[in-house]
Amino acid sequence: MNQYLRYSIPLFVFAVIAAFLYKGLGMNPREIPSPLIGKSVPEFSLPTVEDAETIVKSDNLLGKVYLLNVWATWCVSCRAEHQTLVHLSRSGKVEIVGLNWKDDRDKALSWLNRLGDPYVINIFDKKGRTAIDLGVYGAPETFLVDSKGVIHYKHAGPISMELFNETLLPMIEDLKRKG
Amino acid sequence: MRTFFLTLMFLLILPSSHASTLAEYTFDEPGKAEDFRTVTEEMRCLVCQNESLAGSNAELAVDLRNEIYDMMKAGRNKDEVIDFMVSRYGDFVLYRPPLKPSTYPIWFGPLIVFLIGGVVLFRILKRKSLTRETKLSTDEQHRLDDLLEQSTDPRDNNQ
Amino acid sequence: MIPELGHFTLILALCLAITQAVVPLVGSYTRTISWMAASRSLAWGQFVFLAISLAILTYAFLGNDFSVIYVAQNGNTKLPDLYKISAVWGAHEGSLLLWACMLAAWSVAIAAFSRNLPLEMVSRVLSVMGMVSIGFLLFMLLTSNPFDRTFPAPFEGGELNPMLQDPGLAIHPPLLYMGYVGFSVAFAFAIAALMGGRLDGSWARWSRPWTTIAWVFLTLGIVLGSWWAYYELGWGGWWFWDPVENASFMPWLIGTALMHSLAVTEKRGAFKSWTVLLAISAFSLSLLGTFLVRSGVLTSVHSFAADPERGVFILMFLLVVIGGSLLLYTWRAPYISGGGRFDLVSRETFLLGNNLLLAVFAALVLLGTLAPLIYDALELGKISVGFPWFNRMFLLTTPFLALLMGVGALSHWKHAEPSLFVKQLRVAFIISLLFGLLSLLPVFSAGNWLVGLGMGLAMWVASSHLVNVRDRLKNKRGFAGFWLDFKTGGRSYYGMILAHLGVAVFIVGITLVSNFGREEDVRMSPGDVSEIAGYNFTFEGVTQVSGPNYNASRGRFQVSKDGEHVATLEPEKRAYFVKTMPMTEAAIDWGLTRDLYVSLGEPLGGGDWSLRLYYKPYVRWIWLGGFLMGLGGILAVTDRRYRTSRMRSAKTADTANAAPAVSGG
Repeated sequence: MNQYLRYSIPLFVFAVIAAFLYKGLGMNPREIPSPLIGKSVPEFSLPTVEDAETIVKSDNLLGKVYLLNVWATWCVSCRAEHQTLVHLSRSGKVEIVGLNWKDDRDKALSWLNRLGDPYVINIFDKKGRTAIDLGVYGAPETFLVDSKGVIHYKHAGPISMELFNETLLPMIEDLKRKG
Repeated sequence: MRTFFLTLMFLLILPSSHASTLAEYTFDEPGKAEDFRTVTEEMRCLVCQNESLAGSNAELAVDLRNEIYDMMKAGRNKDEVIDFMVSRYGDFVLYRPPLKPSTYPIWFGPLIVFLIGGVVLFRILKRKSLTRETKLSTDEQHRLDDLLEQSTDPRDNNQ
Repeated sequence: MIPELGHFTLILALCLAITQAVVPLVGSYTRTISWMAASRSLAWGQFVFLAISLAILTYAFLGNDFSVIYVAQNGNTKLPDLYKISAVWGAHEGSLLLWACMLAAWSVAIAAFSRNLPLEMVSRVLSVMGMVSIGFLLFMLLTSNPFDRTFPAPFEGGELNPMLQDPGLAIHPPLLYMGYVGFSVAFAFAIAALMGGRLDGSWARWSRPWTTIAWVFLTLGIVLGSWWAYYELGWGGWWFWDPVENASFMPWLIGTALMHSLAVTEKRGAFKSWTVLLAISAFSLSLLGTFLVRSGVLTSVHSFAADPERGVFILMFLLVVIGGSLLLYTWRAPYISGGGRFDLVSRETFLLGNNLLLAVFAALVLLGTLAPLIYDALELGKISVGFPWFNRMFLLTTPFLALLMGVGALSHWKHAEPSLFVKQLRVAFIISLLFGLLSLLPVFSAGNWLVGLGMGLAMWVASSHLVNVRDRLKNKRGFAGFWLDFKTGGRSYYGMILAHLGVAVFIVGITLVSNFGREEDVRMSPGDVSEIAGYNFTFEGVTQVSGPNYNASRGRFQVSKDGEHVATLEPEKRAYFVKTMPMTEAAIDWGLTRDLYVSLGEPLGGGDWSLRLYYKPYVRWIWLGGFLMGLGGILAVTDRRYRTSRMRSAKTADTANAAPAVSGG
């Protein structure tokens, strides 16, 4: 029996590897978890998309639970996501702050005119410096921020209603209850 | 969509062959240029996934390179740059995993693998040359082998 | 209509594969000669149908039949014919077809060159090959059919990835696959032997040439791929430890261990169960590589996150093939006899040491490749394990490997006489120590211990083997004596020497290029001169040229050293019509002692360009070393020994129609 045990080591090792491979099939290697979860939104001071003179600071956003959505007109998936965002903002379940990333002001404005504007505030990050501070590596990306400015969740890629209802909404309600 | 995924099986690496250069990044301080190269070469371009920050021309990679360049120009050192990147993108950006408790298995695991190899070697050799010092003739050796093999049988323990 | 024929022959091949897996195996247990003998014709039949499939796919590419989805994705009317052919295996579905075709080709080779093997063995080996083939054909037919059609057919195809439009890459995948698939032969022999309980010296002798041939293919495939990466990717590197590269390197390491372990098993009857395990592992790692590349579980550039369905299929296949064979191993291995004894100081010991080192190295590469996945699965955070870690592992392992190689070459089987052994070792040791120390002198490396270590080890490997050759030829007369020895059965010996000298050459290359290589990123205007390692590069500007399916900017450089003209270099930056991604074509002036390498970066306006200049000393030695290893393998399999021993065993074998075997293939 002891003999069998010794020669079954390779089989055992393979079983462990296979288990990991099976688990791996269900994971997305391209998704990078954000180290910013549990931390505050990085400080910034940027103009809005609508007006180069209006400066928004990170402190201005304190006091409410909101979604911070990184978007751009050159981003194809953002277009797909936009309808969902418009729908969400109309439902009044959550406020959405936009971060327009490395974009053209006129293009961004005409996009909002044509497709609707779901954003309560739309920050204009021409150089992408704040996006780097947020650890953004693609668009769209969405952060869930509480009233103290702490990031609780990050999603890379377009938001679907399914994702919102199943994952984001319970967290939002929870955060709102806590104040 | 599948067209976009190049599908050659077992092909060696295929990062885009669109190699970038670091020609625009110059430093006055000696050694800084070397540091800059090492840092950017040992970091992952996040959007291309298997290209280094130094070698990629993806827009984000260029931005990050510029950011790192500005930091190093302003007198920050390698470690500060690494901290900056890790606090934003996580350990994932580093091709060289940082040394910390959660990565001990990666850095010290190999020693254990070596140890296992060593133990296996030792055990086999011990078994194979157990009777080296006795200098028996081949016949005696064979008889001894038989005896030894028998005595490993539990039934023979009390003999 | 013709593509449907290809699809149809694929299905026929599957039917034959199923028959080939079942009938001979059953026959080998019921001792039905006709059932066992059917294995050979079945292997032939399967090969013919798969060859027809492959030919039809090639025909579809050459005829620009864009109604076939696969052709529409990877073919293009403007593609040169060479690349139309290489596009056949340039993407997923076609590469699988090539793979299956090669598996059938290896089976046919076994059927043809095994007249001297017991019929029972042949039928079991071919049955195992048939089982593997079933998996691949099913995978193709169920998830990745290269003959799927689309309607209406597009007018133009999507074009082969420009990066693959290169002569080197046209033959790199077939070589690599020949290696991977070739390990299935050693695997099938091992499984057949486990089934029959026949794990003796003759089993090892049968497997050896097959394993060596597969190993040669894999070696040359990897060398070619590394060389391609060097000149095509434009960053002057030749190995990046990418998961896809590791997928080919792990089977190579284990295959190398297997080759050596088989030698011990054949000559001395030792390490039997270890050898069987290696044979199973080498092929398992080839399959595992397929999974890693195909399933998208790892972040490689070409992962298939989009297609987990394929991943699930391959994983099931892995479970059946690897799990099944390891289960068989667990069941049978305890009954394998121990084999001959040997002394502590003997060639067996050192070969065993190196075998374990190779296995440890392969385990480390596997660990590093899977670590990101494991961390993610255990929710320990997302990490990357890249070249800095792997390079360290390489540095940790190779010196010991090289050390043991030298010792092993000078020792004798079973028992090495210590006094003689030490005397021989001393010569080699002193030479290499001196050489290593010499390389530390200020004129050479100014005390860079890595250089000393590398050069010392390379010299150690070289000198110990040359001392061995000297001793072998001591009583023979000069070159004539050597030639006679070479012709009369010394080929496998000289093959071993050559392959090991290849390792020395490889170490020299890697040491020198990584410690003395220079690279410079510069901005240049036409007329500017940049100096690197004593070479002056004069930039003469960039002109626009056009190729068959691309437009390119072509730079022109005059390189001179000490006022003398060395070379004219013309690197290109191409924009392909269909896939608009830009491609750099580096220009290289190559030489045995150094490469000069230029690649174009970006235009910076006003005729200025950013450029990468490299000085790569002895970089060719890396591939030269690999090539010598492959050549050594070829010498070894053409040894007379195999031919004569085949003839001898043919007389005793229980095949009725034992024909004289043809050469070592």
